Amino acid sequence: MKKLINKFKEGKIAEGNLILILIAIIILLAIFSPKFLTANNIKNLVRQTSIIGVVAIGMTFVIISGGIDLSVGSILGVASIISSMLMVSGLPIFLAIIVAMVVCTLLGVINGIIVYDGKVPPFIATLGMMTAARGIVMLISNARMIAGLPRTFSNFAQITILGMPSLFFVWLLVIIATFIVTSQTVIGRNLFAFGSNPEAARLSGINIRTLTYFIYGISGFMCAIAGILMTSRLSNGIPTAGTGYELDAIAAAVVGGASLSGGSGTIIGTVLGALLIAIIRNGGNLLGINPFILQISVGVLIVVSVMIDQRRKASV
Amino acid sequence: MGDTAFIELNQIVKDFPGVKALKGVDFSVYPGEVHGLIGENGAGKSTIIKIMMGVHQKNSGSIKINGDEVIIDNIIQAGRLGLAAVYQDLNLAMDLSIGENFFIGNLPKKKSGLVNWKYVYEETEKTLKDLKIVIDPRKKISELSPAMQEMVAIAKTVHLNSKLVIFDEPTALLTNEEVEILFDIIKTLKKRNVAIVYISHRLEEIFDICDRVTIFKDGEWVDTTDVEEIDEDQLINKMVGRNITEMYNIGHQSPGDDVIRVKNLTREGNFQNISFDVKAGEIFGFFGLVGSGRTEIMRAIFGADKLTSGSIELNGKPYKPKSPIDGIKKGIGFLPEDRKEQGLALALSVKHNINLSSYKDINRFSFVDKKQENSRADKYIDKMSIKTPSRRQTVGNLSGGNQQKVVIGKWLCNDSNIFIFDEPTVGIDVGAKREIYKLMEELAAAGKAVILISSYLPEVMGLSDRMAVIYEGNLTAVLDRKDFSEERILKHASGIK
Ligand SMILES: Nc1ncnc2c1ncn2[C@@H]1O[C@H](COP(=O)(O)OP(=O)(O)OP(=O)(O)O)[C@@H](O)[C@H]1O
Ligand SMILES: [Mg+2]
Repeated sequence: MKKLINKFKEGKIAEGNLILILIAIIILLAIFSPKFLTANNIKNLVRQTSIIGVVAIGMTFVIISGGIDLSVGSILGVASIISSMLMVSGLPIFLAIIVAMVVCTLLGVINGIIVYDGKVPPFIATLGMMTAARGIVMLISNARMIAGLPRTFSNFAQITILGMPSLFFVWLLVIIATFIVTSQTVIGRNLFAFGSNPEAARLSGINIRTLTYFIYGISGFMCAIAGILMTSRLSNGIPTAGTGYELDAIAAAVVGGASLSGGSGTIIGTVLGALLIAIIRNGGNLLGINPFILQISVGVLIVVSVMIDQRRKASV
Repeated sequence: MGDTAFIELNQIVKDFPGVKALKGVDFSVYPGEVHGLIGENGAGKSTIIKIMMGVHQKNSGSIKINGDEVIIDNIIQAGRLGLAAVYQDLNLAMDLSIGENFFIGNLPKKKSGLVNWKYVYEETEKTLKDLKIVIDPRKKISELSPAMQEMVAIAKTVHLNSKLVIFDEPTALLTNEEVEILFDIIKTLKKRNVAIVYISHRLEEIFDICDRVTIFKDGEWVDTTDVEEIDEDQLINKMVGRNITEMYNIGHQSPGDDVIRVKNLTREGNFQNISFDVKAGEIFGFFGLVGSGRTEIMRAIFGADKLTSGSIELNGKPYKPKSPIDGIKKGIGFLPEDRKEQGLALALSVKHNINLSSYKDINRFSFVDKKQENSRADKYIDKMSIKTPSRRQTVGNLSGGNQQKVVIGKWLCNDSNIFIFDEPTVGIDVGAKREIYKLMEELAAAGKAVILISSYLPEVMGLSDRMAVIYEGNLTAVLDRKDFSEERILKHASGIK
């Protein structure tokens, strides 16, 4: 523990700054807004953050690998529409969920195939997928909301366990699982090696083809989870669900210390990044700050946190 | 040599987290002098250069130029003071012409606002001629041989008003002839009364070109002396603290069965009709000029590049590699010549890099066995004497030579049985070189096949049991050890029949 504190002080823990900033903002908001620390607000905050938080974790895999995934929002939309259409048509809930997961994971893998086999830069490949997947959503839903979901399904997002929304526990599960994958497994090691130097990784015998499929597949899978959670929360399948999420997810990862040049980033960092952005937005609303000003501050936060991170890296 | 030093560094201290890189060293260079700087990997040579060039800031100590104390904050300021450094990674834009590279970011304009190309090429040509380099400045960098690229980088760095020029291991990838060209440039500079710092791990070069030599060891100054007053053995002794004689003296095995048999290997544009075999317990040398296709042949065998035609047998069985995964599965370890681009994940730890190709063997249900991971890292840090504060250190922070040792450690760790070493001792100090040669001996004695590619003739001649010579993608000779002679090898390597 002492060691940990020392490391913290020396700025060796990447997330150190973030934790401090987060604590400071929470204290400030608690002082200035009586509503901030109420159970209702916290629940609301957590519900919102959980969904984007799951997407951001998938994005973190992609960013560590040196890529980017712009298609997350659209794939989330696919999950929302497919799962709700299937449920409405009478398929059992869990089957509908599984089908949505499989489809979204496959869409992610297709991203991986385009990137690896097609040698298309990730930015372009996923930009294409972003556009096409949204098109698919609009096509199959006729651009209309899907209503009439089973009760049990819609209720899920409203349940609280130990006072916390169920969505939070899904996020937590995702956090724990991906934390273990990135820090304890061979896949995690290979992911960082690939992101740091793809050619050295290839010449070291890492199967970078399957790794690429896996990375984009994971991102697609996370979008499926997020899309299903969102559908449950809104009790409807929404064709525009997830629009703009790609930028929020990238922002969370980057604020959390992931570098777009690949090879660095952590799950915990991304979680903190997502929380920070959400808290600033939520707190700002409570304080009645002009939303445009909030938008400006989130923009500044993204840039500043990357600058701070560059400094830290240069000094170590 | 004048009376006052052009640059004088006193009691320079530089700490990095966990590393005392310089512990109060003195160093000075006079105008018109070629000053050699030598020391083991991690001794602090590059660090003191970077302090002079304003890349790093010293913790304490003083720098004087022409007797006046100066503070050097950044590279631009160093340039203004007349300091120039040629680093090993050349920093040229490959797709631009030589002239464009010279004026990059600073292209002269005509009144109309268009680039004044005539001026660009005339000036470039003049600068090149000044250093006795004859080449068309309109040529693209990528069309030049590596040696010529290096010359261009030197000419670009060295301005007419440069007063101190630093060469950090300039000859690492050059062959004898090319080294001669470089030495001519250095002599030209010397005549202009420029002060020169020359860092190299090839000690005979120090005797060829330097007037004085300074030795660092573990961040401390050991000695500065006239080159005439010291011999190679004494130099080595001061550098590594012990004597190393008979650098290339290793035991040779009686060869076993064929491990690799290669027939008519061709890769269009790179090499044609290459046939050879390597036996167990053999050290098989590959000599040829940089760019002659040696590396490409090995990459194809390893599975990194595709072949156009030809066949390979490993231990008598046909082998058709589709990717390095196949090569590694069959026990081939490949040490690439460009460690930064191909060998290392610079942003990751020493531990991670050493284990990079072994994680497939040290996991349970894909969970990394961390005990093994750590103990393997420690084992090879120790075996290769890698100088690092801990196994968690970022590889990018190690000195050049120590980075190279990490890559070798990776292939030892993976328990390969065919080792392809492409320029294994580039940038490695004498002590460590000797250790790598002993290691090759050890591998051969254990019945492994060792393929050694090197541009450094004494090394291939000294170590190999047999040697293949390559010229422009063709195998021009396979010689037995008893037939090795410099003249003969060079003839084959330059295509003279
Ligand atoms: N940016 C850095 N961060 C941490 N340690 C560093 C950094 N740069 C150099 N070092 C350490 O400082 C020491 C001196 O390194 P330096 O690069 O000067 O060695 P060198 O004499 O040039 O060795 P080589 O012959 O291998 O190039 C080494 O132990 C190295 O690991
Ligand atoms: Mg060095």
